[in-house]
Order: sequence, then structure tokens, then C-alpha cells
Amino acid sequence: MSVTKDDIIDFLYDEARMLDEGRYDDWLALWLKDGHYWMPLDYKQTDPLNVTSLMYEDIFMLKVRVERLNGARTFSQKPKSRCHHVLQRPWVDEIDLESGRIRTTTQMHYIETRLDEQMLLALTAQHDLALIDGRLRIANKRVDILNCDAAFGNIQLLP
Amino acid sequence: MTRYTGDKAAVAALVQGHQVHRDVYIDPEVYRLEMKHLFANAWIFVGHDSQTPNKGDYFTTMVGDQPVIQVRHTDGEIYVLYNRCPHKGTKLVIDRTGNTGKFFRCPYHAWSFKTDGCLLAIPLKKGYENTGFEQTDAGHGMKSVGAVMNYRGFIFCRLAEEGISFEDFFGGSLSSIDNMVDRSPAQRLEVAGPPLRYMHKCNWKMLVENQTDTCHPMVAHESSAGTAVRLWKELDMPEGTPLPPAMEIIAPFTSPYEFFENMGIRTWPNGHGHTGVHHSIHSNYTEIPGYLDKLSATHGEEKARAILGENRHNTVYFPNIMIKGPIQQLRVFIPLAADKTLVESYIYRLVDAPEELTARTAMYNRMINAPTSIVGHDDLEMYERAQEGLQADGMEWVNIQRLYDPDEDFEQESVLNGTTEKQMRNQFHAWVKFMTHDMPAREAAE
Repeated sequence: MSVTKDDIIDFLYDEARMLDEGRYDDWLALWLKDGHYWMPLDYKQTDPLNVTSLMYEDIFMLKVRVERLNGARTFSQKPKSRCHHVLQRPWVDEIDLESGRIRTTTQMHYIETRLDEQMLLALTAQHDLALIDGRLRIANKRVDILNCDAAFGNIQLLP
Repeated sequence: MTRYTGDKAAVAALVQGHQVHRDVYIDPEVYRLEMKHLFANAWIFVGHDSQTPNKGDYFTTMVGDQPVIQVRHTDGEIYVLYNRCPHKGTKLVIDRTGNTGKFFRCPYHAWSFKTDGCLLAIPLKKGYENTGFEQTDAGHGMKSVGAVMNYRGFIFCRLAEEGISFEDFFGGSLSSIDNMVDRSPAQRLEVAGPPLRYMHKCNWKMLVENQTDTCHPMVAHESSAGTAVRLWKELDMPEGTPLPPAMEIIAPFTSPYEFFENMGIRTWPNGHGHTGVHHSIHSNYTEIPGYLDKLSATHGEEKARAILGENRHNTVYFPNIMIKGPIQQLRVFIPLAADKTLVESYIYRLVDAPEELTARTAMYNRMINAPTSIVGHDDLEMYERAQEGLQADGMEWVNIQRLYDPDEDFEQESVLNGTTEKQMRNQFHAWVKFMTHDMPAREAAE
């Protein structure tokens, strides 16, 4: 079983494209079932559990989140938001083929828009990936917003 | 053209018992009067004393539109000072928290002040000799707010020098803070991390009213809580499978009207009140092992059970905070403009209690009150639609008539059906009181 640096980088670009195109079923299928999506509230936060985060969601809550986006009575998504990720080439920080653990860091700009509003966030995403049956999967994902301690309006899609 | 300034009757006429005029939400002049009168005359939340645990620790925030510093002085007491150098007006500190040591030093001309505000030193001070400097405001150092109270760790202040006492202002409503603090085996709370900061393009009062609006969760939150309940059912878990913590938190938002009617609402004088007199969305959380024993060691088992049996949902401390005793959360609605409000949501750790309780509270905070929260999204959508919709001419009044009684009394504590809008009317009754009671004197003086 092997994976190249290019495979890993392509995987991360594909993930961002799924989010931008709203292909959430495909996106959820990337995840291992015990994974967590973590978005810290504090700069260099180390504890996801005992202080507040912006998000710390398991697969079930991520599924609720994306299901809701298409609901008939999801008022904050009438009209819908759109988003756009611009990725810098990811750093593959670690590849351990023995254990199948891979760690990457990706800097990106995230744009979300709805009605007349548009917002830009500068992000650093850290992925823990796993190679399972020859396929890359997301084990965990941490997304740090550069100005995480600023006051935001709604951030409705997935940075 | 001013329509309300100096006109007590015009301000009072904005509230008519069962309805309020839209200008209370959209008019910049009313907003300015609120800052000058309501937020000066009422007792306003500043911060928690655990945010400034050591001498010299400070925390900066807003009391209405006033920049203030909460600081721990060398005598261990907490002072609340205006964040302004008495010289040229420069803010003395601008980070949200820090430690200033034994004194504040202005970065502009190096005037320095003790942490109780007293003037310490001015470089080249002889330049002020024989100028009458000692008789000026600048010569007296940093200005303090009118009055400060530390109630079981919660710091409140009154900007006005004279006015209602802390005890008279809050009265019986302090039982909600008592219940929250009594849940700690050490009788002490500690702030857990920084607050969520969520910007709302709406009037601050819409948020405060929503805290006791029990007819919106099953409607506005159907998309989040309803979806969660549906997806959980679709998992088809075996009978008796315990709900995971996230489901325990979100599922009750879809409770039927009957649940909210029966939970009850209590009102207290001066605009305070709470939902969840008999039960609430926080009633059925799983017990954390070992917690009752620890709390019983402090209070005795009977009292410990009584403390935990109290499941008040949202307690509004008029004018602009809400606390949730059962999960140790506090939300402050900071008014930035008639149509702009900053919401900060804090959580607290119960000192000496199991850490799982903090984890549940942190989960609640991020799931329900974050800018990324699927519950918060729909609330904010409603407020912002209301802020825009209120511009519509032809209908100038906002209805707050549910279970209205023309003879209702706001000077006595009351317990009513949980879907009454009496608490909203109670807030507006207090709003008129604290807006107008010093109006003639102040306007004449200007």
C-alpha cells in the first residue's frame, strides 16, 4: 500500500472542491467514523473540550449540519450561502506508511457569501489522514481562523 | 430634529403595555438616550472576578457605550474605572485582558495612575505648578464608575453616582445567581476560557426579549433540532440507548408548546425574570457520577438535591445579560448602535466539581451560541429580518400581548404560564422607569 505526496495534495484539493460545490455526501464519506472537525475559538488553543470552541463536531453532528442546509424550513439558508476555498499548496508534514498516519498543514483563504454580504477568512487547516484499504480518509481536521478571537456574524458553511 | 431628548412623556409613550413603538429598536436617538439614562441608572454587568484573579490583573469591556476597565487593586478589591487617560483621553489599555503591575501608565505622555485610579505621577510635573491643576478633573486621576458590587464573584456597576441600590435593583432575582454558584462544592465559579463573540445587526433588546420567548424554539429551530431528532431516529438505535450529550442538548429545542407552557415564567420587579420555573430544557441531562456526593458534602444531601432540582432555563437580569444556572453560562448583550449588538457568551467552571460538567457547558455554548452554531444561525436570521422589517411604514408598533392582563402588576414577583410575554412587558416597564426617572434634571443641567 503506498501513497505519494501528490496523492495527498490532490486529496486535499478535492476535499475543498466538494465543500465549494456542496457535495456533502461525498465529503462525509471522506471521514473515518470517529473523526472530529475542530475549529478553536482561541489562538493556539490546546483543549477542545473544557473551554469553548467554535466547533468540535463528530460525524453525527456534521451530518446534522449539512442535512440542515437543504431543509425546507432552514430559514437562514433562504437564500443559500455559497463558499469558495483558495488553497496554498499543502505541506505534507508527516507520512508514516507503517501506521498509515499522515499529517498535513494547508493555508487557505475562505470566502462565504449570502445576499449582499461577503466575508473573507484566513485559515490554517491541519488534517490527520489515514490510509485505509488504499484509500485516503480524514481521521481528524482542525481549522484555525487567523482572527478567531474577533466577533463574527454568521459563518454558515464549512471553512 | 430631536423627538425624544428632554421629553419624558414622549419616551414613556413608546411603551403601551401590550405593544411598543418600533423606535425603541430602530431610532438612533432612542439608542443614545438609552446609553445616557438606562445604562447609567441601572446596574450593569461588568465581568467575573476570576477574570482578574491577581493584583494588577485587568479586563476591558463596555458598560453600555462606555469603555471601562475591571482591575484588581493592590488591596485585593476590584475597581471599575473608565478606560480613558484624564489627560488627553487616550485609552490606557486596549487588550482584552492583561496585568498592569502596580499602576497604569499612559503610553502617550507617561501619566501614571494607581490601580484604584489615583494619580501617581506626571513627568515634568512642575509645569503644572500654580496652574490650578489640582482643582481640575484631570488632576484627580482616572474616573471611577458611580458604584461597584461584587456579588458572589459577579461584578456589576452603576455608572450614575446616585441611584437605586444593588439590593433594591435586583431583589429576589439574585436567587438565580445563588443557584448557579451554589452548584459549586467550593461555592465558587471560575471563568473557563474566552467568550464566544457574535456580532448581530439588530437592536440589543431583540436578543434580551428572545431569552424568554418560548414560542420560537419549535419554529425557528426546527431546521437544527428537528433535523437532529430525525437523523437520530433514522439510526434506529436499540431501545433504551442513552442519548449522546449533543442530542441531550439540542433535542429539547423541538419540545411542543405544552412543554413550554408548563415550564412557567417568573417575573421580578425592575425587569428581571426567568423561564423554567418547574422544569426546562436543562432538566433531563444525565447525572455526572460523583457530583451529587461532592455537593452533598458541602450542603448536606437535602439541600444539594434542592439546588440541582432547580432547573431555571434563562434568567434575564435587566437590562442586558442572561444566565443559565444549570450549565453556568452567561451571555451579555452589548449595545453598539441601535442596529448593532455584540453578544459575548461566557462559561464558568464549578470549582471542585467534576470536569465533565464543564465539558457539557462548553458543548452547549459552541452548539447553541457560536457564530458557527446551527441554532444561532436561525436566531440571528430572525433578528436581522425584524430589524429590516421594522422600517416598514404603516405599522409602527410591535406586539407583546400574549397572555396580557391590562391590570398586571410589575412591582410584585409573579409566576405565570410559560408562554406569557409578561417578562417582555416587565422589561419595557423597567425600561421606561430607568429611562425617564432622571430625565428632567439631567436635561435641564445641560
